Amino acid sequence: MSSSPDLRAAVEEFLYHEADLLDTWRLDEWLALFTDECSYLIPATDRPDGDPFRDLFLVQDDRFLLEQRVESLMTKTAWAESPHSTTRRLIGNVRAADAGDGAVAVQANFIVTRARQSTVDTYPGRYEMLLERGGPAGFRIRMRKAVLALEELRPHGRISIIL
Amino acid sequence: MFDRFIIDDRETPRFRVHRSAMVDPEVLARERAAIFDTCWLYVGHESEVASRHDFRTRRVGGRPVIMTRDAGGQVRVFVNSCPHRGMAVETRSEGNGRFLKCFYHGWSFDTAGNLVAMPDDEAYGPNFDRQNMCLPRPPRVESYRGFVFCNWSSTGPDLATYLGHSRTMIDLVADQSEEGMSVLGGTHLYSMRANWKLLVENSFDAYHAMTTHQRYIEMIKASGRDFSRRQQGPAAAGVARRGPLDLGDGHAVTGSVDTSGGDVMGALGRAFPDEETRARHKARRARLVELYGEEWTNRMLGGRNHLIFPNLFIIDLVMGCTIRTFYPDDPDYMEITAWQLVPNGEDERLRQLRMGNFLTFWGPAGLATPDDVEALERCQKGFAAHQAAPWNDLSRGMNGNPINSEAQMRVFWRRWNELMTGEVLPPEPEVLFDPERDGRRIAGLAAR
Repeated sequence: MSSSPDLRAAVEEFLYHEADLLDTWRLDEWLALFTDECSYLIPATDRPDGDPFRDLFLVQDDRFLLEQRVESLMTKTAWAESPHSTTRRLIGNVRAADAGDGAVAVQANFIVTRARQSTVDTYPGRYEMLLERGGPAGFRIRMRKAVLALEELRPHGRISIIL
Repeated sequence: MFDRFIIDDRETPRFRVHRSAMVDPEVLARERAAIFDTCWLYVGHESEVASRHDFRTRRVGGRPVIMTRDAGGQVRVFVNSCPHRGMAVETRSEGNGRFLKCFYHGWSFDTAGNLVAMPDDEAYGPNFDRQNMCLPRPPRVESYRGFVFCNWSSTGPDLATYLGHSRTMIDLVADQSEEGMSVLGGTHLYSMRANWKLLVENSFDAYHAMTTHQRYIEMIKASGRDFSRRQQGPAAAGVARRGPLDLGDGHAVTGSVDTSGGDVMGALGRAFPDEETRARHKARRARLVELYGEEWTNRMLGGRNHLIFPNLFIIDLVMGCTIRTFYPDDPDYMEITAWQLVPNGEDERLRQLRMGNFLTFWGPAGLATPDDVEALERCQKGFAAHQAAPWNDLSRGMNGNPINSEAQMRVFWRRWNELMTGEVLPPEPEVLFDPERDGRRIAGLAAR
């Protein structure tokens, strides 16, 4: 994926903004970054190249489910995140390229740490995103896939936060 | 080791489990010997090795195994350990290849487990027992309707006898497509920092649904699913609640019967996205009625949380069927593996609805399972004080309420107690499976 410095800088700024919204639990602002037709995907750890129409995923949200996920995470009855865990995201190795029709294809690596109840779990992986230009943050997210660089979710046992 | 784990008091009534069973390393050591080394354990589904020379590796009862389909099409299970020096022959989780090769000294085996090549063969001489230097096998391997099990003991009942009435519950899943059932690619490989028996209880605990899974229920309501009629009586909403059934030998099921005539999909699960999808669900249902009759179809399309003792669940809530198994590495840590089972040849729209519904509930990143993980891990933390707070209570429904009952958990615990201590506690007669009342498979109503 070729990446012009200007485009990459703009995408990096956007990804840092997004990570900050998630780490500070401003999830409705984060949700506002998405287009009306959007998807949020996490493939199974043993099928990172899986096809969401044929294979079992860990997360396969459309706009409706993403709204439900976000809304529920802001309630007290999302027990796995009530109280909210403390997360930090490091984003790096960002690449961005024009994907036609004003869209931008993005790849980036991430490490997300989640601390809660005396336990720290680490989620490493790679983002694959399709962005559209526009909106107050400079881009809108059409597709956001987090591919875990883990063989299994052990000992994490869950992905209760947004990755 | 504490040796009085269960209080099964039918008079009060009261059923209690001692929390040391969840924390004591000696209990786990005895469980390994008395339960996991004597019971039939789930290995995998035959569809996972669909083609000749496919293989899968995994742990079963804490031991490494390889499941293959050999050149003749037969499914085989081997111990993943070279007969020469013990190395794990295959480390990839899945693949296809005519030979399984141990890289340590280069011994090669075919997918039927036979030794086919060894470097410097002449150095062993003509009398060396090559025939018996095949990949080792678990003492027993058998399957029922595509579900492959192994047993680490060479004695005890065969699989069919062991499963008993559980076979009927497996039939209700296995009959859902005339083209057979398949496990999808992609596996939920996760864990909990909790005792494995808590997941047994949780996997068919109806009591916790409305509190622990409140946010899931809210999502379902937001999708347009109307639960209001349910409050006028469960049958009105199309899914009649049935209580737990004791299937014998520690196996148990909770479930419901779908009396909606295809108007809704399962006890939970999102609303149909459109009338066309509902029509296709009804068409599928009509075909099942042709094959199996109305009553059996209603059972098939109802929900089932089915425990096959000790650690296999086949949970079919219609909006998705999961196969889930787990094994304790420590008293407070288990590894969990879960797959999705689907009917072959399913209509494309129904498949998408099924897959969407499955994921929102099941799995470590859905809107339900993370809250179960949270609950069970917090229980485990509480057990640190088991000397001061020694007993769990599972009495619900013992007072003559076989519907809103925890009898399914008591079935598990009585069998566990019997294998661990030798003490036999009588079953609850009102929940014993009765083929006359609870159904029997009638195959071939229509020409198959």
